[in-house]
Amino acid sequence: MPAIEISPAAHRILQLPASLLQALLLLAAGAAFLWILRRRLQLLRAASPQPRLDRPGRRLLRLLVIGFGQARQPRYRLAGGLHILIFAGFLILSVRSLGLIGEAFAPGFADFGPAYAASKDWVELLVLAACATAACRRLLLRPARYHDRHATESHAREALLILGLISTLMVADAVYDGSGLGLRGETGGWREPLATLAAGLLGGSETTLLRAHLAGFWVHNATLLLFLCLLPLGKHFHVLTALPNVFFSKLEPSGAVKPPSYREADFDSLESVGVGRLEDFGWKHLLDAYTCTDCGRCSDHCPAYAAGTPLSPRMISLKMRAAAYAHYPVFGPVVPPAERPALVGETIGEGELWSCTTCGACEEACPVTIEYIDKVVDMRRRLVDEGRLPATLQKPMAALEKRGNPFGKTARQRGRWAEPDGEEEPLLPALDPGEAADVLFFTDSAVAFDPRLQRTAAAFARLLRAAGVEAGHLGRDEVDSGHEARRFGEEGLFLALREQNRAALAERRFARVVTTDPHAMNALRHDYGLERPVLHHSQLLAELAADGRLSFSPLADRRTYAFHDPCYLGRHNGQYEAPRRLLAAIPGLRTVEMERCRNRSFCCGGGSLYLFNEVECERRMGEIRLEQAVAAGAQVVVTACPFCLINLEDAVKTSGREGEIEILDLAELAARAAGLATPAAASGG
Amino acid sequence: MDIYVCVRRVPDTSEVEIEIDRSGRALEEDDFSWDINEWDAYAVEAAVQLKERLGARVTALTVGDEDDEEVLRRALAMGCDQARLLSDDVFAGADSWVTARILAAAMAEPRPDLVLCGAVSADQGRGQVGGFLAGLLDLPLVALATDLQVEEGSARVRHEVSGGVEHLVDLRLPAVVTVQTGLNEPRYVSIRGIRKVAGVEIPVLGAADLGLDPAELQPRVVTEELFPPPQGGGAEILTGSGEEQVERLVELLHEHGGLV
Amino acid sequence: MREILIVVPGPGDEAAELTAAARSLGEVRVTAAVFGADEEAAADLAGLCERVVVFPAAPGGVFDGEWAAAALTPWIAAEQPFLVLLAHGNDALDLAPLLAARTDRPMLSDCLEIGLRDGRLVGVRPLHGGKVRARVAAVEAAGYLATVRPGAYPAAAAAAAAGQVVEGPAPTGFSPRREFVGAVAAEAGEVDITQAEVLVAVGRGIEEEENLDLIRSLAEALGAEVACTRPIVDKGWLEKSRQVGTSGRTVKPKVYLAIGVSGSFQHLGGLKGSPFLAAINQDPAAPIFAAADVGIVGDLFDLVPLLEEKIRERRG
Repeated sequence: MPAIEISPAAHRILQLPASLLQALLLLAAGAAFLWILRRRLQLLRAASPQPRLDRPGRRLLRLLVIGFGQARQPRYRLAGGLHILIFAGFLILSVRSLGLIGEAFAPGFADFGPAYAASKDWVELLVLAACATAACRRLLLRPARYHDRHATESHAREALLILGLISTLMVADAVYDGSGLGLRGETGGWREPLATLAAGLLGGSETTLLRAHLAGFWVHNATLLLFLCLLPLGKHFHVLTALPNVFFSKLEPSGAVKPPSYREADFDSLESVGVGRLEDFGWKHLLDAYTCTDCGRCSDHCPAYAAGTPLSPRMISLKMRAAAYAHYPVFGPVVPPAERPALVGETIGEGELWSCTTCGACEEACPVTIEYIDKVVDMRRRLVDEGRLPATLQKPMAALEKRGNPFGKTARQRGRWAEPDGEEEPLLPALDPGEAADVLFFTDSAVAFDPRLQRTAAAFARLLRAAGVEAGHLGRDEVDSGHEARRFGEEGLFLALREQNRAALAERRFARVVTTDPHAMNALRHDYGLERPVLHHSQLLAELAADGRLSFSPLADRRTYAFHDPCYLGRHNGQYEAPRRLLAAIPGLRTVEMERCRNRSFCCGGGSLYLFNEVECERRMGEIRLEQAVAAGAQVVVTACPFCLINLEDAVKTSGREGEIEILDLAELAARAAGLATPAAASGG
Repeated sequence: MDIYVCVRRVPDTSEVEIEIDRSGRALEEDDFSWDINEWDAYAVEAAVQLKERLGARVTALTVGDEDDEEVLRRALAMGCDQARLLSDDVFAGADSWVTARILAAAMAEPRPDLVLCGAVSADQGRGQVGGFLAGLLDLPLVALATDLQVEEGSARVRHEVSGGVEHLVDLRLPAVVTVQTGLNEPRYVSIRGIRKVAGVEIPVLGAADLGLDPAELQPRVVTEELFPPPQGGGAEILTGSGEEQVERLVELLHEHGGLV
Repeated sequence: MREILIVVPGPGDEAAELTAAARSLGEVRVTAAVFGADEEAAADLAGLCERVVVFPAAPGGVFDGEWAAAALTPWIAAEQPFLVLLAHGNDALDLAPLLAARTDRPMLSDCLEIGLRDGRLVGVRPLHGGKVRARVAAVEAAGYLATVRPGAYPAAAAAAAAGQVVEGPAPTGFSPRREFVGAVAAEAGEVDITQAEVLVAVGRGIEEEENLDLIRSLAEALGAEVACTRPIVDKGWLEKSRQVGTSGRTVKPKVYLAIGVSGSFQHLGGLKGSPFLAAINQDPAAPIFAAADVGIVGDLFDLVPLLEEKIRERRG
């Protein structure tokens, strides 16, 4: 038994009893922390409403899987692994840290038994190792992900400070524990390697051990409280906000964009539209900004960033946070909106906003479920409302308004794709109002009017006919789905187009809708809320093949095929299997997967209005994607989206790979394998 | 400062197969979509920018019927303060001279400090109204402005002259300026923007309101007949594979001295 | 005999074409009005028409619609020519309608043909960017004014006998409300496409700025200069000095290769001297094919690299 009382509770520091000193420290730190937190919450309270308390069960599940389960971390093996270690350490050690605070009031409070002591000692060792590795990465390896091309300041210092503080906590606790072992004349051995090491280093003098014991204790407790106060001042706020942020995350499908307002359902009676200043964001979107840790996973996956456009998703979060901290300072009054730089146009550039293809790769990559698409759309809504639409988009937007398609074609040309030269009757009938069909084919504008894409629609129609599916299309009554109009921020135009399509759909009877355009599918599912099932043609074709209504023969070629997952089919609607099942149904087809496939698929440039969008970039996204396909050894890229087809075919031309690699729509490939290829499509090979 | 900007609704015929109607003097309009004349959109933008920079009252004018009101709504949505629809049965068949007479009458009160018009219209392509207005109002004219800076009582205008050259001129206001495309970037008008001005009252002014005697409104030029342009001549279209076409083209370029 | 006044910048194509247009109306007496012409220029003009009136040049020595209208209005009131003719172009937009209003005459714009019927002026003019034409007639009046599209009439040959040259009066009581400040200086490094023998012109069909490299590369293979249409300049993809058309440069190459150019009259209006005109365009209905000597209907992104390859092959 030790000869002296070793609990820090029994020792005065600067003449103060330990409990009083700890109470003073707690009060000071608590007051400071609450003061800062109040400012942070003040902005959230001033923000727009955002309903994020529904479906608590699903939210808890997300919290468990993505929050506590760290489900999105392993995408980056080393960094993710380190984070899981530090996070687990944090959970385990927070018990210890609270114990040490209590120890100042009640001796023995921090003693949770030998099992905990052993596990926390090992965890501390691992956390220290993780911190050292992380610091090495920051200082020596400097992964490109941490250095954003558009960043004006580096967060490396803050990261190192935090790593230093965490290490200090670990070391202080080890010193405290090690000296405790020494004072009690015990040895930790392999059960407590860190404490044993500290004890060994401190030697045997009782005075030294006691000093070290008290120093370790108070350094730990002071550092812990300092750490707490530093959190809401920088990017490590995520330590506190990440779990709530995951709990409050968006439960709607990522392909559904938020309404312009949660308060007012009637768009026309809104006072203002979109986001023009910080407070216009929903509170959860501002919580996103507090939560961003500048890990760079979003930008690392962003095709627009890879292409060298002005956009880097993480910079949106970082700039939002910088603005939030600057306009709601810890001391002093809130900066009135009129005295701030314009949020949209200055803080966040118009070029950044128009560069986003809404592919969703960033949101899929973010470990703490930060949302980007809704923010971008909301800021675009404001730009459009103020008339700040890029000049190249004005003509297609006006054509959408006047003629119902971005190309300015007349309605009577809309159904012509179904009447190719040389065919006696239409490939698919246009349904008149009142008529019925089992399946309604919604073409959307690009497929209806673009000569190249008309061939994909024709191939699909031939397959439907061969399988004996009773199908029809809306003919001249169809207008553009408005999917991109909505995502470009022109909500009013979207609503007008939706009204026309809803009327045309209501006049006809059908069991299911099918489309070859994932954007149209996404619109009909999530923007229209159509009650009947909306299928993508890959799903219907896979179903027909499985039912034996379509049968495929081996293709003559010996080429290697790779499937490119369209963003709005895969990431936004979770459909990865149907297209692969269809490929598998073609006997002998040799396939490979690209490294970035399925939910990591790389967007090839965006659809519809993006074809008119001129964003400054270093490289085309489609060219980058094509290189990825070539690297995977593909000679044919099969896709299932009209715009992927256009973007990738353009990339084949601009990168001089004609004859080397072919781009096909699933329907065209299936038509070939079913022996239904049109001469034009066949000559493509 | 009072700025008048004259706008016109024109059909977009870019994707339409032109058909002449039974009268032989007009086109089948079924497939037309209508919008503000492109040049006029630049004129409206210029007026609104002057208003935003210097403070001005901008009045948009058009001569037409109720269908033409939509371009005035667009002008209001872009930021014009008020609009006047100049409409009367006796205006039917107005040529650009009569149109200019009507517009000039609508500028009687208040007198303009600046009149902006598109340099030409996409459909008629006459480029007359601005010049006629300058003559009728006895104001100086600059055509085809590509830049416009206004200061108290004067304007510095860059404009296109023949030979692909541009001149800078100083204008004493009041004056008439016709606007070339590229002068600015006309702002986008969202559907919401149009709806926001749906309730703004647009006064309709007829001949009597404008103090015009119908007898003075006889057109000076009448369209007697429309006809398709002659098909004759035209290019020899090369046939064959891409390779063959290109080889033939190289041959022809060579023959005509194109390989220097 | 009818008196016809042509308003011209000096001797040249414009004057010769307007003279031809005037003489197409039958027995006429043509007077050319010109501002600030020297003796030689006046003499050249006098070779075309019966009379030349040399008005003093506007202050600044450049064309000025306000000055010209002030000088011509009293002269027209006094001489009462049956018809005043100008070439349809930028300067005409600055002067012709103003002059028509001041002299109270019916005006026909941008005529492809002019004629007389029952003593009244009639004409044919394009509508909707040339997709349709209109036969128009002026109502009966003491005199008329018209602008004629450049190239609509072949240039008239100089007559043997020279007309007389007289001086026109300066406008009286003219107080300038419009003052010439200066010409906008050409940008540094501007190319002079007007001197090129072979031009490769690019239009909207090129779609993206970076695709211009295809055209530059082709032009290099041909030994040609790159020219373009107005939209390309409006987008800021090429310098204004490369724009061919009524609002750009007038060029007289031997060979003109138009790629992705629809062929609006504003563009073709800048093309003089009947070059060999070849066109590549996706749209078989593009007006460029009506004006071209030879055309290929197809995708320029396929055809241009192939064309460059063949040209380089041919040159070894």
